[in-house]
Amino acid sequence: MTSVLEVKELSKSFGGNHAVNNVSFAVGAGELLALIGPNGAGKTTCFNMLMGQLAPDAGEVLLDGENLVGLPPRAIWRKGVGRTFQITATYPSMTVVENVQMAIMSDKKRLFSFLPYARNLYREEAVTLLDLVGMAEQADRAAAILAYGDLKRLELAIALAHKPRLLLMDEPTAGMAPSERIKLMQLTADIVADKGISVLFTEHDMDVVFAHAHRVMVLNRGEIIANGSVDEVRDDPLVREVYLGGGTVFADKEESENA
Amino acid sequence: MGPFIAQFLTGLANAAALFLVASGLSLIFGVTRIVNFAHGSFYMLGAFIGYTVMQLLPGAFGFWSSILVAGLAVGLIGVIVEMLVLRPIYRAPELFQLVATFGVILVIQDLALITWGAEDLLGPRAPGLKGVIRILGEPVPKYDLALIAITPFILFALWYLITKTRLGVLVRAATQDREMVAALGVNQSWLFTGVFFLGAMLAGLGGALQLPKGGADLLMDFNILASIFVVVVIGGMGSLPGAFIAAVLISVLNVFGVRYMPQSTLVLMYVVMAVVLIIKPYGLMGRKEVAGEHGQVGEPEQPFSPFGRRGRLIVAVLLIALATLPFLGSKFAMILAIDIIIVCLFAASLHFILSLGGLVSFGHAAFFGGGAYAAALMVHYAGSPMELAFVLAPIITGFLAIIIGWFCIRLTGVYFAMLTLAFSQLLWSLVFQWGEVTGGDDGMVSIWPSPWASDTTVFFYLTMIIGFGGILVLRHAAHSPFGYALRASRDSAGRAEATGINTKRVQFVAFTFAGAMAGLAGTLFVFSKGSIFPTELEIGKSFDALIMVFLGGVKTLAGPLVGASALSLMQDYLTRFEYWRLALGLLIIAVVIIAPEGIAGTSQKLAARWGIIRRDEVQ
Repeated sequence: MTSVLEVKELSKSFGGNHAVNNVSFAVGAGELLALIGPNGAGKTTCFNMLMGQLAPDAGEVLLDGENLVGLPPRAIWRKGVGRTFQITATYPSMTVVENVQMAIMSDKKRLFSFLPYARNLYREEAVTLLDLVGMAEQADRAAAILAYGDLKRLELAIALAHKPRLLLMDEPTAGMAPSERIKLMQLTADIVADKGISVLFTEHDMDVVFAHAHRVMVLNRGEIIANGSVDEVRDDPLVREVYLGGGTVFADKEESENA
Repeated sequence: MGPFIAQFLTGLANAAALFLVASGLSLIFGVTRIVNFAHGSFYMLGAFIGYTVMQLLPGAFGFWSSILVAGLAVGLIGVIVEMLVLRPIYRAPELFQLVATFGVILVIQDLALITWGAEDLLGPRAPGLKGVIRILGEPVPKYDLALIAITPFILFALWYLITKTRLGVLVRAATQDREMVAALGVNQSWLFTGVFFLGAMLAGLGGALQLPKGGADLLMDFNILASIFVVVVIGGMGSLPGAFIAAVLISVLNVFGVRYMPQSTLVLMYVVMAVVLIIKPYGLMGRKEVAGEHGQVGEPEQPFSPFGRRGRLIVAVLLIALATLPFLGSKFAMILAIDIIIVCLFAASLHFILSLGGLVSFGHAAFFGGGAYAAALMVHYAGSPMELAFVLAPIITGFLAIIIGWFCIRLTGVYFAMLTLAFSQLLWSLVFQWGEVTGGDDGMVSIWPSPWASDTTVFFYLTMIIGFGGILVLRHAAHSPFGYALRASRDSAGRAEATGINTKRVQFVAFTFAGAMAGLAGTLFVFSKGSIFPTELEIGKSFDALIMVFLGGVKTLAGPLVGASALSLMQDYLTRFEYWRLALGLLIIAVVIIAPEGIAGTSQKLAARWGIIRRDEVQ
């Protein structure tokens, strides 16, 4: 399988804390890859490095063979990486459809054009995207008054606006009601399958992960401890220990060594 | 060596009052996020009240207790101001409170005039500290030495208050996260009131303490305002040690400036500030202001759209009605209309970066005055015709905005505001002190329009075309993709950057564009008056524009026009009375309390509620 994103030996330390330690993995074309792990495992740090918000200490992030390290987020976006935020980030002073139009205008490099009325630009394209996520009938409402689940769907539409090859979703269902979570992830899975987009997402809700991920990676204390199919990861004793034993892997090791 | 040390000691002595006033401003800002324009007025009141009490209480004991009494009295005045004026509007949009504090300045100015008269009061000398001491042969006033000795105690007392007492813990906690403090059960209202008391008291003490050196006069409030802003910014907002170091730095610098480079004393202070902020953008001891850490106050802005057919029709009718003014009104009415159109354009240009860009500039007068001076210099030295000046002056102002923006855009929030203020003051002091070229205080005169436009009626139409043309361009820009990118950068910089928008570049272009438009307003101004004086570059001019924008309503596109017209008309009408400042100040405060969304914002809201316009028609 050809991989869209390849991460090689990525590392980041904060002081003496190895937040992400020598992490390597790849995201295949059209793959829905979940990155899970307990709190503080390094998921968000990892994500921020992929998006250019944090400079790694070492390692490479290759998008179709091109190194992204050192590029600012906006340049990485232009190379075809979309993202959604853990806490939604939209433009509250604009309408729903304008939020999407804004991303399309940016993609078409119309940011510095003074002449046209922005509200008429790419409106159809934007409405089509909203339709895709089931938000078309809310197109002209203010984004500020949307319910949280709708904001999440709006974010998804924004992330799709520049026809990305890869989507990075940081806890896409965080803060949503359980029934909504499965629905949103189903919607995401359908869309990316349809458009052939690869997705890397982090998630705490195991129902969501096991229902939709093609493959699961488990991060603990900055290192990948498991990487495989849903079933493999679910049965992995180390993963169970990490999740159920409260991260005492290292303490146990010491004990067994002492014994 | 002797003179050098004597100068140095004078500088240190001057630092005492400056530090007191600046630390008060810094405290108030840190906790309440209010940029208290009226802080200079508290300082002035301290001086006046101290003077009066000193007349009543004799001797050394009387002198020093008068200073304390003045401090306490001003502290109480601060409490009154906070409770009557600011409390009702804490939920208004961010920075809206500064309009109210501006109203307070006006009120206090006239109250002081009524109470103490227009004459400057010579401060009494401190009993027992009247003479000089010779240090290395140079005379140093004893009072200066006393001030130098007192200052460390004040710093220590403040430091103790802030780091060791419960109030201090609350103040520091509220500076970091006031919502959290409120969530922990602290009554925010009383904390704010308490901090206002403390801040105002410090200003009052400063005013009274400098009496033997400077006396009391009605210009003290604005004169110290620029200096304390500079001190607070150099030291870092909210940092007391920072304010202390900066106060010493600025005072010593001023004293040496007066002695060694008298032509550029004013410039010096702002140059130092600019240099410090370029190296340390958050001041010597300040910390980075994290965007959004204090939460957006007020309701989110409504989406807006260009006028529909009905709206355009109304605008057209209004413009046609205005165009009939030469046939109906007097020459005086035309001149008033010209003035108002010019300030409308000026306010609209500030609104563009302030509201759409979220960049609150305290120094927008730099571009208004800059454009006016650019045109005046072209006419005076190059004999340029008016038409050429109308093209080139805004362009020159745009370049000025590029230079200033290059330094300022990297900052956000109140640091941005302060640095823009510093640059506009820098420009003002340049113009003021470079008399050979700019005429200094005497200004530049005989800058008349071309003969064909010198008739008032013709110039009125010219102003209408250029002024409303500029406003339309600004409005259209707000609806263009660029305007959207600017709003996106303000609404969520993280989202904007993550969707390919270079937010800083967008803001930089907007700043330049708004600067050029303000320059256009300035050019109109200079030809309408035939002259230009440094007052057009003063802080007061920048504040005027801010007041207009906030008064009209930050969150509406019509706001700046409504605010500019309202303020101009109020000023025009009220200045006929003796105590017009009092009336205008009270009026501003009343509007602020009744209409916290601004005049245009509040009327739109009411209209929507009463069903006159639909909510989604609100633009």
